[in-house]
Amino acid sequence: MSEAAVKTPARRPRPKYLNLQALIFEIRLPLPGWISILHRISGALLFLAPVWLLWMLERSLASEAAFDKIRHYAGLWPVKLSLLVLVWAYCHHFCAGIRYLFLDLDKGVDLATARLTSWLVLGASLAFSVFLGWKIW
Amino acid sequence: MTNRIVTGARYGLRDWLAQRITAVIMAVYSMIVVFVLLTGKPITYGVWRDLFTQGWMRVATLLFMASLAWHAWVGVRDILMDYIKPTGLRLALEVLVLLTIAAYLGWTIQILWR
Repeated sequence: MSEAAVKTPARRPRPKYLNLQALIFEIRLPLPGWISILHRISGALLFLAPVWLLWMLERSLASEAAFDKIRHYAGLWPVKLSLLVLVWAYCHHFCAGIRYLFLDLDKGVDLATARLTSWLVLGASLAFSVFLGWKIW
Repeated sequence: MTNRIVTGARYGLRDWLAQRITAVIMAVYSMIVVFVLLTGKPITYGVWRDLFTQGWMRVATLLFMASLAWHAWVGVRDILMDYIKPTGLRLALEVLVLLTIAAYLGWTIQILWR
């Protein structure tokens, strides 16, 4: 085999098809793909969350008056809603993460099981979020 | 010669493995804390403060934040490597991420041991 024959396929420019319109309207992501991108989005969100959550933790431990203020603050609906989003992000990242740990061990990699566990991750993380949301308020 | 691209990262198994180990540590901590909070007394200021003055809770929370620091660094770096193509901008953002994570850790220690 000549050297050129080996190198040609690698040199061919790969098609790029990643504009926003294509991403949103044309590419139909399979369910495990949705789990993956949601894992990434929730991860990015959870990286930023400590700015806010550590502030709330600091205040809540500062004094009884500050604790009561934070408790009142956490009851306001925009705060509640944001916290609920973070609770969901945590639950999703948690459940999807466990799925990835199993995938790393080569468990559940066939298509049927991968789809089933994707549904399980979606369902379980929503169920946990509802349960924790109900428990918190 | 391998043509390596500057990512601000090592290549190899270590961070990959660390991300998984820290994930397990955080998962265990989360389940313990949720269990303690849901099965304990209603959370008043006293209950809340007492929880965070116990030695095991302080150490566990610090371990959680240290795990989060490493885990988030690997994860956010992956995101930056995927989407931010200009090397200078990517490095600048990576430094910003590292500073943020270091600040989280310092702040956590300050909150837990004051």
